Amino acid sequence: MPRPYIPSEELARRVEEDETFAVARLISRAEAGMPEARSALGTIYRKAGRAHVIGITGVPGSGKSTLVGVFVQKLRALGGKVAIVAIDPSSPYSGGSILGDRIRMADLALDPGVFIRSMATRGALGGMAHAALDVVDILDVAGYDWIIIETVGVGQDEVEIAHATHTTVVVSAPGLGDEVQAIKAGILEIADIHVVSKCDRADANRTLADLKTMLKDTQPREDGWRPPVVGLSSLNGEGFEALLDAIGRHRAALAASGGERRRKAIAAFRLSKTAETLTLERLKSLLRSRLDDAAEKLSARRSDPYSEADHLVRAFTGEKDHV
Amino acid sequence: MALPIRVLLAKVGLDGHDRGVKVVARTLRDAGMDVVYSGLHRTPEEVVNAAVQEDVDVLGVSLLSGVQMTVFPKIFALLKEKGVDDMIVVAGGVMPDEDVAELKKMGVAEIMLQDTPPQAIVDRLTRLVEERGAR
Repeated sequence: MPRPYIPSEELARRVEEDETFAVARLISRAEAGMPEARSALGTIYRKAGRAHVIGITGVPGSGKSTLVGVFVQKLRALGGKVAIVAIDPSSPYSGGSILGDRIRMADLALDPGVFIRSMATRGALGGMAHAALDVVDILDVAGYDWIIIETVGVGQDEVEIAHATHTTVVVSAPGLGDEVQAIKAGILEIADIHVVSKCDRADANRTLADLKTMLKDTQPREDGWRPPVVGLSSLNGEGFEALLDAIGRHRAALAASGGERRRKAIAAFRLSKTAETLTLERLKSLLRSRLDDAAEKLSARRSDPYSEADHLVRAFTGEKDHV
Repeated sequence: MALPIRVLLAKVGLDGHDRGVKVVARTLRDAGMDVVYSGLHRTPEEVVNAAVQEDVDVLGVSLLSGVQMTVFPKIFALLKEKGVDDMIVVAGGVMPDEDVAELKKMGVAEIMLQDTPPQAIVDRLTRLVEERGAR
């Protein structure tokens, strides 16, 4: 039984009343990159900008979801509404995914002031980063005061998303390798706040010490902010006041000094990601029609990838071929 | 442009048997679907909340405890309360034939019992989502 399609513009209006169904459905359309939803999302963007957005990232098993589950309860105790966007990897083989972050946030399941949405990295067609930030805007306009984006800090896109937030928290855990591993992971430098989770474990002190030592050697940041290191235990609920305090201080520091710069940097990131998505979308339809021909020439070594790619891009941009 | 089919798989009530639901979760993932898993011991309220927030195409409830005639009416009532009328609700597990007939009348789109081959689950969910169309 087909049902009437609800126009995205109407959903956008209902989002402003925080109608859960409308919020959820518009998020799906943003993820799908539906052209029909674009003007509605444009309207949403212009109305957003009130929420404080926190990126939480860290390697698999570092305890992000459990931490978020406890942290959100602390935030709720302060009174604001909280939304969580939990991004998990898709299978590189099937493109499918199992999204299990909700299991670790079970205590939030019936709180009407909490909205949880799971996203798969490949769920968003044409650019996850661009879709994830659209989702943040929708939640912002729906009246969520705090928005948390949780990503597995391994892919470039995921690291970028975490960084396209107001406050970036990087979670490290004891027992997942030494400090060299942390440097290799390459996500430490994006942190505004470092968290060492699982501090109920005896070896956590070592991780805390390693991290602090390593940070001493890094160049001071342009904005003057020195990323603090917070140890906490989601199991015992310890250390969360320190995390709240650090976020509060970072938020104040942003407002006082580099706020404008960060906002502009996020906006620029946003624009370039959206432009990439729209460009790729068009380029891909051109590619589909020409790929077979070009691939045949390439495989017979009658041409080379550079010439063919250049040829394609020129056809796309309307520049003249220089042959 | 179609997104992967989104499914919420849920375990409701005092039922700790999650081997089946986990096998189904992997099967659906391997068929390219995005599967949100609720974890054990959820209430109908929690499950419907999650299904609405996640805006899933399919809500699948796995039951091996015999409480289907209590759980599904609650789920439908809650979905209605939240203004959701296009979510596909399916059941999986072990249940008697007379319940299966009742559940179908209630609006459960598919009831997949213990002998259902994995590929049949994939095919039926895919067909149901196709039939419902774009949203």
